[in-house]
Amino acid sequence: MSDKSASAYWAANVRIITICLVIWALVSFGFGIIFRPLLSGIPIGGTDLGFWFAQQGSILTFIVLIFFYAQYMNRLDREFGVDEV
Amino acid sequence: MDQFTLNLLVVGASFALYIGIAIWARAGTTSEFYAANRGVHPVLNGMATAADWMSAASFISMAGLIAFVGYGNSTFLMGWTGGYVLLAMLLAPYLRKFGRFTVPDFIGDRFYSQTARIVAVISLLVMSITYVIGQMTGAGVAFSRFLEVESSTGLFIASAVVFVYAVLGGMKGITYTQVAQYIVLIIAYTIPAVFISLQLTGQFLPQMGLFSTHTESGLPLLARLDQVLVELGFRDYTGHHSSTLNMVLFTMSLMIGTAGLPHVIIRFFTVPKVSDARASAGWALVFIALLYTVAPAVGAMARLNIITTIYPEGTSETPVSYEERPEWMRNWEQTGLLAFEDKNDDGLIQYYNATPEFESVAEERGWEGNEMVTFNQDILVLANPEIANLPGWVIALIAAGGLAAALSTAAGLLLAISSAVSHDLIKSVINPGISEKGELMAARISMGLAIVLATYLGLNPPGFAAQVVALAFGLAASSLFPAIMMGIFSKKMNATGAIVGMLVGLGTTVLYIFTYLGWFFIPETNMLPNNADNWLLGISPLSFGAVGAILNFVAAYLVLKVTGEAPEEIQELVESIRVPRGAGSAQAH
Repeated sequence: MSDKSASAYWAANVRIITICLVIWALVSFGFGIIFRPLLSGIPIGGTDLGFWFAQQGSILTFIVLIFFYAQYMNRLDREFGVDEV
Repeated sequence: MDQFTLNLLVVGASFALYIGIAIWARAGTTSEFYAANRGVHPVLNGMATAADWMSAASFISMAGLIAFVGYGNSTFLMGWTGGYVLLAMLLAPYLRKFGRFTVPDFIGDRFYSQTARIVAVISLLVMSITYVIGQMTGAGVAFSRFLEVESSTGLFIASAVVFVYAVLGGMKGITYTQVAQYIVLIIAYTIPAVFISLQLTGQFLPQMGLFSTHTESGLPLLARLDQVLVELGFRDYTGHHSSTLNMVLFTMSLMIGTAGLPHVIIRFFTVPKVSDARASAGWALVFIALLYTVAPAVGAMARLNIITTIYPEGTSETPVSYEERPEWMRNWEQTGLLAFEDKNDDGLIQYYNATPEFESVAEERGWEGNEMVTFNQDILVLANPEIANLPGWVIALIAAGGLAAALSTAAGLLLAISSAVSHDLIKSVINPGISEKGELMAARISMGLAIVLATYLGLNPPGFAAQVVALAFGLAASSLFPAIMMGIFSKKMNATGAIVGMLVGLGTTVLYIFTYLGWFFIPETNMLPNNADNWLLGISPLSFGAVGAILNFVAAYLVLKVTGEAPEEIQELVESIRVPRGAGSAQAH
């Protein structure tokens, strides 16, 4: 692999990681803690959306994020010809 | 058949299974001993990681931890799961590509420095040894509670079982027993949870039940729980009562601490490919979530259930009398985890929060103090099958599940400890010329000694064992996580920067913890009282790991600026671990 495509591969990886980690922080620190008061208007089973994110939603989102990232990287690996044979 | 025989049978059968697996999965090479020959299917590795990660504390104490605080302790749920996202994206795939056996191995080679390797070994040993003490005492307690043996006898049995499969099979034996242990523990956890959810809400899935209508009152379960708690002088369950900054930092410390724990990281060295390491982190989280999304439901439901048992007519009516208390309360009073004291001699049980604000209400009702004087949080899980009137074999399963959770985590930690000694100290520092056979023997001996040490510490736990878990997370978060991450994401990071960073992260975190909890946790040696008014910006010593990590990064980059970048061949090494292609099966030195 040439140096140019190596750095392009890495840049693409860092970009998708950044996107995933923004979502990771948003659902846990954001919806679950800091922005909970803003979501208090959305009721869910006797409490509000922020509580749901803190005890259920963030964990479910984490799972989706990891599998999305794994799939995305499998495709990226093939595109750049760096997948394992 | 009585309960004792049943417990003995179920626990005995589970142990026979673990020993059977150990004999089948003997390790013949160091690659098998350290990394199961990198042949573990990613889904199975996910299961093993889940058992490795979920300790006796997760199994027994997690639900209670949330039940007694409510929303504020959601930090544990998010913190102990969010770390897997970091593992999957920032650490696991690259460390798998690097293709070595231990965490100090990576740090030593990447930062081309024996000093860096030794700093990593020391922090690994401190965090893993402190962590393993809790697992060994947990196993002893589980034994004594269910099998009516002395907790020291229980500890010896547990050590003997771990000895057989860990010394014989190394990572290979540990992996497949962890898979079996995961299955035992998740079944044990789920069955009572489903029944309690059905009883309270009619919902089959506890995760749904938590947000459904409480059948008895017709109100949403959480609204009902808030209501009865407030009526008894407690804080409402769903309210936000702690400092937001501290919640965020505590969650962050748990997340990066989780990602930096060596016994979790080394599990990802066992899968065949880099892409498997990424997917395997996802599977690990799926299996962990099966317990972690159920735990808050169990906590809230069990808490409500206990209050309605004590106040069958409602919290403003007469509570149940001591004579008519249910059978399970009688059973658990014998263990000392539950105790009542009839302070006003009326023969009734008054359970409430005796705060100054609640005093006028209590006085009006003739209450002279909270009469449920001991209410151990572990009861919520341990007594769950009895509270829900489930058959005896479910109770026996809880016993086997608690032991599985303790043993699987202990084994993972012991492997991290013994491989750090045999591979990083003996093979890399003391005697590089050691043969493959010699190293395997050294690994087995280190494992045996680690078990002896852990058993000794489990029998004579230092008084500070509980607080030390905070130290383990603080160390992992402030030293190993930043060092590994910079080793991958910053090509130019050099040895001096990494070492100074680790020392700054470690130093500030340890200093902050000791300032409030006492030097080496010796009582009365703390320099400031441990409460929110004295904490720096309201940051608790348990939350400081995240700050230590930031200081680690900052110090490392400042040093890098003045000392110049890492040598060319190291930068090429980093280039190579960033791409998956070329990850061979087992690479030795």
